[in-house]
Amino acid sequence: MSEEAKLRIIEWVKQQKKTKHYFNDLCKAVPEIKMMQAKKIINELVAEGKLKYWSSGSTTMYMLPSEGDVDKEEKGMN
Amino acid sequence: MAQKHATPMLDELEKGPWPSFVTDVKRMAPKSKMCEDWLGLMEMSYRDKEGHWKHGGIVGVLGYGGGVIGRYCDRPDLFPNVAHFHTVRVNQPASKYYNTQILRQMCDLFERRGSGLTNMHGSTGDIVLLGTTTDELEPIFYELTHDLGMDLGGSGSNMRTPEGCLGMSRCEWSCVDTQDIIYDLTMEYQDALHRPMFPYKFKFKASGCPCDCVAAIARSDCSIIGTWRDNIRIDQEAVRAYVGGELVPHAGAGGREKGSFDIKAEVVDLCPTRCMEWDGKTLKIWDEDCTRCMHCIRVMPRALRPGLDTGATILVGAKAPILEGAQLSSVVIPFIKMEPPYGEFKEFVEKMWDYWMEHGKNRERLGEMIQRVSLREFLKACDLTPDPRMINTPRFNPYIFYDPAEVPGGWEHDGVAFRQRHQA
Repeated sequence: MSEEAKLRIIEWVKQQKKTKHYFNDLCKAVPEIKMMQAKKIINELVAEGKLKYWSSGSTTMYMLPSEGDVDKEEKGMN
Repeated sequence: MAQKHATPMLDELEKGPWPSFVTDVKRMAPKSKMCEDWLGLMEMSYRDKEGHWKHGGIVGVLGYGGGVIGRYCDRPDLFPNVAHFHTVRVNQPASKYYNTQILRQMCDLFERRGSGLTNMHGSTGDIVLLGTTTDELEPIFYELTHDLGMDLGGSGSNMRTPEGCLGMSRCEWSCVDTQDIIYDLTMEYQDALHRPMFPYKFKFKASGCPCDCVAAIARSDCSIIGTWRDNIRIDQEAVRAYVGGELVPHAGAGGREKGSFDIKAEVVDLCPTRCMEWDGKTLKIWDEDCTRCMHCIRVMPRALRPGLDTGATILVGAKAPILEGAQLSSVVIPFIKMEPPYGEFKEFVEKMWDYWMEHGKNRERLGEMIQRVSLREFLKACDLTPDPRMINTPRFNPYIFYDPAEVPGGWEHDGVAFRQRHQA
């Protein structure tokens, strides 16, 4: 269940035009799963390196590792 | 020592009687190249009336989704030493008790691995380490956790670092052990503190008594404010001693000295619910009308003390003005004992979080969501019973909105059909 949900979340993210996603939006990929459970799954995806955090300081969003790059960010290219 | 960058505009901020952050940064500049360039960058911002910081990013430490806030300068060509200037939030100990050894170690660590600038403390209570580079983040985290026994605080859509007043450690009015509550919540909700899951930030603050020294009612999504449900303890002898000028009102605060004290003007007439009476010998309080404003206790601390059956009032929904205006928290649990392990409170917290996660919009604070869905819906979701103490003036508003489910027979309301009948 969890592995299948992870795949669906990643697929959903890949289909989006935007690169950064709110937690609530990621949960749309797995509407049958309770938010608390979805949180665990999404954090596992982060731990596995399949998603990563982007934070403005006040809000946190999620993105694919291929979308954001620390080097580029530091050179002002992101 | 000559400064790397001339700062005529910043120098103006050193004039006058107040402490100046410019003076602090200049003092650090000979030891820190980051501080040198920071001064130059700030001078340019003041001159051009434009900011040169870019806020936010993907930097952080492994396994954590908060505690580090990326910050970059948009003119690294002119100020290369502040090209990265990330902020690190460090979870302060409950009630901000440190020993000097820890403070020295932390300052040494940040002089070695960052700008050396700190902010004691940010408005959430964290120790803020201002300005470091990406490659120093993991080493700072390692030293903080392994050598100093400290951890990162919250940022982003996480539960933020909980904060409390000094509580029972120094204050005779504290009705709950705020230090224990804050420590317990911090440890229990580590996952929420370090890994984001909410629509937006979420803050707990605990004040030991209704004086609310950490301004929990104004600043936290969930305020825990100590209170009592029995009677204010009165020492009539001490009341007479205040009236007779033998004791100093307000414990001498504001330079007050022994002398004349008009108990009627300074206490009885200022009681917001007029629940006190002074007949020249005895002070009478109708406790059932007391709203715990603490004024009388503050004026005569030797004579009046909070009751002995203590606990807390739980309020939710405060926030600063970003989307809507500022909001104070609203009462949702008028009284709860708040004794370890705080099971009843945590049960409420988890129901509240479940509902907010399910119904909150992106970047919508809990208080904004309650305003949108109504307090009644929120109470229902948290299995709480409405209570007159949740209402500012319960006998004032004649409108009662009944829930069809609670009225025998109920009714159905067709909004579309209603609008067709009432088109104008």
